[in-house]
Amino acid sequence: MSHKNIFNMHKSWWKILSVVLLVYTFTAGILMKVPRLPQLQETIRNLYFHVCMWFAMMILFIISVVHAIKYLRTNNLKNDICSREYASVGIIMGILGYATGAIWMSYTWADPNIPSVTFSLIAKEPKLIGAAIALLIYFAYLVLRDSIQDIDKRARVSAVYNIFAFAMLFPSIWILPRVLPSLHPGGSEGNPALDFKSADPRLRMVFYPAIAGWTLLAVWITTIKIRMRYIKDKSILNA
Amino acid sequence: MKPLQNIWALFRKDLLLEIRQQYSFYGILLYIGSTIFVIYMAVDTPENRVWNGLFWVLQLFICINAVAKSFLQESRGRMLYFYSIVSPAEFVLSKLLFNSLLMLVMSLLSLLLFSLFLSNPVIKIFPFIGLVLLGSWSLSLVFTFLAAIAAKAQQNAAIMAILGFPIIIPQLILLMRLSRAVFSHLIAMPVNVIFLLIALDVMIIFLAVILFPFLWKD
Repeated sequence: MSHKNIFNMHKSWWKILSVVLLVYTFTAGILMKVPRLPQLQETIRNLYFHVCMWFAMMILFIISVVHAIKYLRTNNLKNDICSREYASVGIIMGILGYATGAIWMSYTWADPNIPSVTFSLIAKEPKLIGAAIALLIYFAYLVLRDSIQDIDKRARVSAVYNIFAFAMLFPSIWILPRVLPSLHPGGSEGNPALDFKSADPRLRMVFYPAIAGWTLLAVWITTIKIRMRYIKDKSILNA
Repeated sequence: MKPLQNIWALFRKDLLLEIRQQYSFYGILLYIGSTIFVIYMAVDTPENRVWNGLFWVLQLFICINAVAKSFLQESRGRMLYFYSIVSPAEFVLSKLLFNSLLMLVMSLLSLLLFSLFLSNPVIKIFPFIGLVLLGSWSLSLVFTFLAAIAAKAQQNAAIMAILGFPIIIPQLILLMRLSRAVFSHLIAMPVNVIFLLIALDVMIIFLAVILFPFLWKD
């Protein structure tokens, strides 16, 4: 069983690390001092949750594409299962990102007196459009998968779509913020979260561990789903 | 020069089929005509921004209908025959070439009809025609590859729409941005966005050539 080494995910140190980091995120993230900016005030703490969801989503989608490429190279159905499960958990992280963003938005950008107007203004955000495109692509990926009966064909066609769509998604995430006006910080020059200079050091002390913690948790959930799928499809995988 | 000859032969085959079986060509023409008539009934003289938006959405739907059949029309036996005589890259390039031509013709015709029915607020007419050609080329490339995927999944045009719409949104946004410049003398057309669109098109061609062989073998 040589695959045991590659897919060894039964017990690992990184699961403990994930729990430790998340406990730290919740305690330090809620108790530690944060810089008070006008309009944001204490809501800046949502940075440790909202932004981390998007990071986890993008990382899971990248892992999904890597598995799709691996599948096309090796024709190993296990890679196909990994690709699918990483995509579906990535979608869940994306939905959570929207949910946390909606809560944050309602305290900062939205005008409670005219909810419908502010919604149509905010929905035009380039980052929201980018996230919507990513989610729509992976929903379409799941629909495409389910529409094909033959297992090998399904794996191959969906891997091809996964790679093609992801290759188109990346330039669009890069392009959109540069051509559309934005409310998000650092709107016109890329990603403010990765800029080491602009974020306050007090925020960074919790923010980076939080990204790692949430991503590891998402990967953990996915590995459990993958193992369940392996057991369900045992007869096909061993054939 | 063998690959070029093969691509040319396959391209000519598609062209001849289109000329001999004219029903599909006229079918798309009728689709364009009736869609524009419906839009004309719904809004008679739209303002510039609405005109622009409606025009590009119309291009999107024309493209789905014009390109959808390109892989579905090949029967299983014929695909097997092509498989034995040409490489997958040659096959997909010939399809990309043919669909680009088809879509260029269709978009020019639709621009003509659109201007007849809904008036033409465009001031810089030649830059806009160039933009329409560039846009329809981008659309045809993306949807040709998606048609290949949809044909493998034995699905109709509906799955092409759900696969393609999220992917095409960025290019449509860029095209609509660019075409805002043609409605007034004051706004200049940003050249770097045009290069960006061309770069995206080149990337799609590369992806199609790399990924199509995996779709082809059964």
